[in-house]
Amino acid sequence: MIDYLAHSEVFAIALTFVVYFLSQKLYKQYPVFFLTPVLVTIVAIIALLKITGISYDAYNKGGNYIGFMLKPAVVALGVPLYLQLQEIKKQKWAILFSQLAGCIIGILSVVVLAKFFGASRSTIVSLVPKSVTTPIAMEISSTIGGIPSLTAGVVLTVGLLGSILGIRFLKLIRIKDHAAIGISMGTAAHGLGTARAAEESQLHGAFGGLGMILSGIITALLSPWIIGVLGNWL
Amino acid sequence: MIRQCAIIFGCLFAGELLVYLTGIKIPSSIIGMLLLTALLYFKVVKLRHVKAMSDLFIQNLAFFFIPPGVAIMLYFDVIRSQFLAIALSSVVSTLLVLTVTGWVYQKMKKNDD
Repeated sequence: MIDYLAHSEVFAIALTFVVYFLSQKLYKQYPVFFLTPVLVTIVAIIALLKITGISYDAYNKGGNYIGFMLKPAVVALGVPLYLQLQEIKKQKWAILFSQLAGCIIGILSVVVLAKFFGASRSTIVSLVPKSVTTPIAMEISSTIGGIPSLTAGVVLTVGLLGSILGIRFLKLIRIKDHAAIGISMGTAAHGLGTARAAEESQLHGAFGGLGMILSGIITALLSPWIIGVLGNWL
Repeated sequence: MIRQCAIIFGCLFAGELLVYLTGIKIPSSIIGMLLLTALLYFKVVKLRHVKAMSDLFIQNLAFFFIPPGVAIMLYFDVIRSQFLAIALSSVVSTLLVLTVTGWVYQKMKKNDD
C-alpha cells in the first residue's frame, strides 16, 4: 500500500491540495500566526512522509508539478508591477536606498552574528544570501564558497519566518506605509514574503515583487565583494 | 484562459531562452516577469488579456511553495549541527532587514503633491 502511494504522483498532488485546503479551514477557525496555512501544510506533510517512510524524492515526483507553477506565478507578478509603475518611478530614490540599506545590513548582520555564535566559515557564507529567492540564493552561495543545499534550507525557513511574523513585526515598529511594508517583505523574505504581502493589497504585492527582484540582484553583486573584504576575519 | 496562459508561459519561455543563450545567473521567471511588465508598458499586451490568470496565480502564490518547502526535511541534519548559530543569526538578521528597509523607505518616500 505505502509502496503504491510512494509511487503515485496523483497521491502527492491530491495530498498537497487536501492538506492545504484543511489548513486554510483551520486558519479561518483559529487565525493565529503559527497556524499559517503554508507552515501547517509543510509540517503536516513532512510528518506524514516521516511516519510512512515515503522519501522526499518520491513525494516530489508529484509535488514537482505544483512547485513548477512557482515559475509562471513569479512571471504573473509582472502585472501588479506594471500597474504600480507610476508609483515606482515616483519613489525611485526611496526604493534604491532602502534596497541598498536593507541588503547591506542583511549581509553584514548575518555574518557578524553567525560568527559571534560560533558558526563555521562555510556555514556563515551559506547564510549570506538567506533573504534572496532560492535560485539566486543558491547561485550566490556557490559563488562565495557556501553549501548551496544548506542555503536552500535556510532561505525557506527565513521565507516562512518573514511571511508569518513580517507584517506583524512591521506594524509593531510603526512601519505603516503600504509600499514600505511590501518592499520590506520582498527584501527580507523573497517570494514567501511577497505572497503574504500580496494578500494585503495589489500595492503591497507589487512592491513585494520589486523588493524580491532588486534585493536578489543587489545581494548577488555585493556578496562576493563583502565576503572578499571580510575574508581574513571569518 | 488559453490566451492568458500563452502570454504568461511565453514570457517564461523567453526568459529561459535568454538564460540559455547568455548564461546569465538570474532566474528565468524573474526575466519573464520583467518582460511581461515591459510588454504591458509598451502596450504589446493588453492588461485584460493577462489580468485574470495573473490574479489567480498571485492569489495562490503561497501554495506553490509547499513542495519546495517540504524539501527542508532533506536539510535537517545540516541545520541541526549548528542550529543555534543558524537560527539566531537568521532570525535577528531578518528582523533587521525588515526594519531597515521599511524605515529607510518610509523616511525617503515622496508624499503625494
